Amino acid sequence: MEHKRLTLFAGHYGSGKTNIAVNYALALAKEGKSVCIADLDIVNPYFRTKDSAAVLEQAGVELISPQFANTNVDLPALPAEAYKLVTDRSTYAIMDIGGDDRGAYALGRYVPSILEENNYRMVFVANCYRPLTRTPEEAVEVMREIEAACGLKFTDIINNSNLGSETTAETVEASASYIEKLSQLTDLPVFATSAMESVAEQLPPEYSPILVLQLQEKYFDLPSQKPGNRPLWG
Amino acid sequence: MAERVLMKGNEAIAEAAIRAGCRHYFGYPITPQTEIAAYMAKKMPKIGGVFLQAESEIASINMVYGAAATGTRVMTSSSSPGISLKSEGLSYIAGSDVPALVVNVQRGGPGLGGIQPSQSDYFQATKGGGHGDYRMIVLAPASVQEMASLTIKGFNLADKYLMTSMILADGTIGQMMEPISFEDAEIENYEKPWALTGTEGKRKHNIVNSLYLKPDELEKKNFERYERYKIVEENEPMWEEYMMEDAEICVVAFGIASRVAKNAIVAARAEGIKVGLIRPITLWPFPVKPLKAAADQVKSFISVELNMGQMIEDVRLATECKRPVTLCNRSGGMIPSPEQVLDAIRNAQKGE
Repeated sequence: MEHKRLTLFAGHYGSGKTNIAVNYALALAKEGKSVCIADLDIVNPYFRTKDSAAVLEQAGVELISPQFANTNVDLPALPAEAYKLVTDRSTYAIMDIGGDDRGAYALGRYVPSILEENNYRMVFVANCYRPLTRTPEEAVEVMREIEAACGLKFTDIINNSNLGSETTAETVEASASYIEKLSQLTDLPVFATSAMESVAEQLPPEYSPILVLQLQEKYFDLPSQKPGNRPLWG
Repeated sequence: MAERVLMKGNEAIAEAAIRAGCRHYFGYPITPQTEIAAYMAKKMPKIGGVFLQAESEIASINMVYGAAATGTRVMTSSSSPGISLKSEGLSYIAGSDVPALVVNVQRGGPGLGGIQPSQSDYFQATKGGGHGDYRMIVLAPASVQEMASLTIKGFNLADKYLMTSMILADGTIGQMMEPISFEDAEIENYEKPWALTGTEGKRKHNIVNSLYLKPDELEKKNFERYERYKIVEENEPMWEEYMMEDAEICVVAFGIASRVAKNAIVAARAEGIKVGLIRPITLWPFPVKPLKAAADQVKSFISVELNMGQMIEDVRLATECKRPVTLCNRSGGMIPSPEQVLDAIRNAQKGE
């Protein structure tokens, strides 16, 4: 997988941008690269990049997160350090953008520098199982809204089609025609497919490259949703 | 198998409402329920429905009142401080005996509180909130699937009993994502001869009103209403029992707290502690029967709540104080960990 200096993940809310961004950062770090990830989500109140702070720190990935993330303050403020991502060109940088056009407004601030450097990949995170982007045409509509809001065009698509804990290889394979159509409609390449390790192992070779996902365990996962019926926190 | 989709809890409510025939949504944005409004804003114009962001919560609940008076399926949604603002309207809607669906995706309080999840509006939902003698049907989902199915159920019950159904969720269930399907969407249709639909000169006009000039008439109305509430209490309690067959300790928890409790129960069972869970799905009517029965089976109860201890009062009433009930809680937007609940179970086992 060839990497650009800057990778931005945007898309419909709930499409899996944060998971993808965190795992992509971890994958880059594993290749021995110096990596910085910034949470630029000004929309989502919970379940943020910051939830993965410990894992990122362990992997040596620098995390830039809004001061008020995961607090009681409902303030969509961006951290000043986020400028580092566009000014310090010695580090691989990943931006996790908020959902839909609303979330993408925040990105506009950095776009002039991004265009000037011109070493970026802006990835649309696609999940065909999300109800408001159930057809490729609906996904294109969301893409255009995001591009209009931030002033930057998508360059790639990542196929993150999944049904959460119920995802199997068949779930991912059933997304093939959707993703193909989306790629045709937008004339954009599919940069990767993402899947949990157990699913990734079963996917045929045409799905490569695969971004293998480690998913966060949540306190509210039910015993039945956990492997071996064991509480994962214990 | 019905089509599976991956949804946020808030979206599931919105989609389920549309599938239940709701074509009128009036609201005002507030975290952590804004996805409901966002979903409605996107979808309603495409299906000939109305999405309206009102100038305030008070305006939106009165729009709900007006639409409900026409017999159409209508809803609003908000989070804790917004529900306080809507409470006057909730009382008027109850006093007028019109059906509506109201969603509260709770956050920490009191006051402006915070945006993290909470269950501290239990009293407000089950004991009133607005003024006067009235009840609301209160449904407490514990999964994204239940966000959808209880929304449909809520519309049906509201029409059946001419009441407000409230979905009492919390920020976590509103924000979390799970795969769901809409296969069990059973829409019940009820005649609405009372609705303000225009007489066309063919019938006497209907009146929807909560003002009574004569106190004896108001009293009669209130007694009639409570006869109806009795039927609801008799027929509509819903609950889930989990590992209760041989339980000696009973955890009582609803919504997100029940999911944490289930993990703790699995861990406690691994230590040989016989513990189970009763999860109220309707908070009003409260599932008195299974709790009363459990009081003859278990040695103690633990109420797990994201508040300072509100449902615990109903647990004590339902069990007629036959067994000790202890509280295991966090508040202000914090969530009990499975370890904390496990400790409470261990303590109950030791008889502490």
